Amino acid sequence: MASIVGAVNVTHVPYIGRAIANKLQQDPYWKPFFDGFPPVREWLAKVRPDVAVVIYNDHGLNFFLDKQPTFAVGAAPEYRNADEGWGIPTLPPYRGEPDLSWHLIESLVGEEFDLTTCQEMVVDHAFTLPLELLWPDRHPCPVRTVPVCINTVQHPLPTAARCFKLGQAIGRAVESWDADARVVVIGTGGLSHQLDGQRAGFINKKFDLLFLEKLIADPLWVTRYSILDLVELTGTQGVELLNWLAARGALLGEVQKVHANYHIPISNTASGLLAMEGI
Amino acid sequence: MNSGKVKREIPGTTVFDGEQARKGYALNKMCFSFNSAENRAEFLRDQEAYCAKFGLSAQQREAVRSLNVLKMIEAGGNAYYLAKLGGIFGLDMQDIGAQQTGMSKDEFKAKLVEAGRK
Repeated sequence: MASIVGAVNVTHVPYIGRAIANKLQQDPYWKPFFDGFPPVREWLAKVRPDVAVVIYNDHGLNFFLDKQPTFAVGAAPEYRNADEGWGIPTLPPYRGEPDLSWHLIESLVGEEFDLTTCQEMVVDHAFTLPLELLWPDRHPCPVRTVPVCINTVQHPLPTAARCFKLGQAIGRAVESWDADARVVVIGTGGLSHQLDGQRAGFINKKFDLLFLEKLIADPLWVTRYSILDLVELTGTQGVELLNWLAARGALLGEVQKVHANYHIPISNTASGLLAMEGI
Repeated sequence: MNSGKVKREIPGTTVFDGEQARKGYALNKMCFSFNSAENRAEFLRDQEAYCAKFGLSAQQREAVRSLNVLKMIEAGGNAYYLAKLGGIFGLDMQDIGAQQTGMSKDEFKAKLVEAGRK
């Protein structure tokens, strides 16, 4: 059976793509962000995942508002990045793992998650940049991938509790996958930020730091908040923390922190990184 | 386009819900088309014709013409889609943030840095 080696949650701001392309990792603005990654890369080299389940949200690349699924799972042999319109470099394709995709789909639908399945899917910066950060300059990326997309764009969004349960169901599905594979679960986005409105630039450091702490030992803490509570507390785009919560849910037992980093600001965002593993 | 329910007010914030999604559909659809370089070039060649092609309302066309992000949001625009329009004019998220908050770009960037010190 497959096993889960742990989970990594990573911010996914588009301009990280430009910083990587321009080799700005040691630039004073970017350094506190990029310096968070080496310990996580070392951990990944030690636990050697073959496959990554990447839980993210699409920003109008694969999905438009004509069809906006709450939960979508990729089931393609390959996922291509494409022009997102804001001038960041397009990255080479990522390998899929259709066997795990279909096993996940069977298992999740069996657990009453009504999914959209995607045999063709383009992936945006929210999928690609975390992989670039965790495995820099590795093309093709050394892990095969399964994208899981959560709607954080058009309200109503799935509740925090629902996203946590989705993560738990993903965890059970991976652990029942009849394959000799090591799987890492990656959640992307966040932490607090708001791009739009008079409150643009809103950041809530106090909440983020509490969330980072609670996600380890008491992940259900955040489910006390409604989606609109979370918008108020973390910003209109801060709700991307739902992806982090789902990734945490996939770790079914008790967990410990491998490494964390938190830095304000990257673009308009409080950037976060949190790697966790089962005890 | 009113469900009759009282909406929760979050200061300085417009939640992109069904009402906004319905109102902003044409505008967001136009912005979605900007994933293609060819479409971005077509828009720049004749903005009015391009807006008309997507059936933007007068309010939406005026918001696009003035490149006023708050007005675009009022007209149903979604931040992620509007960013694709902003990108055509070389506006990054600090430009867009500064415009919406009535600050200079430097002031807006300083506000972000300050949020990290609290």
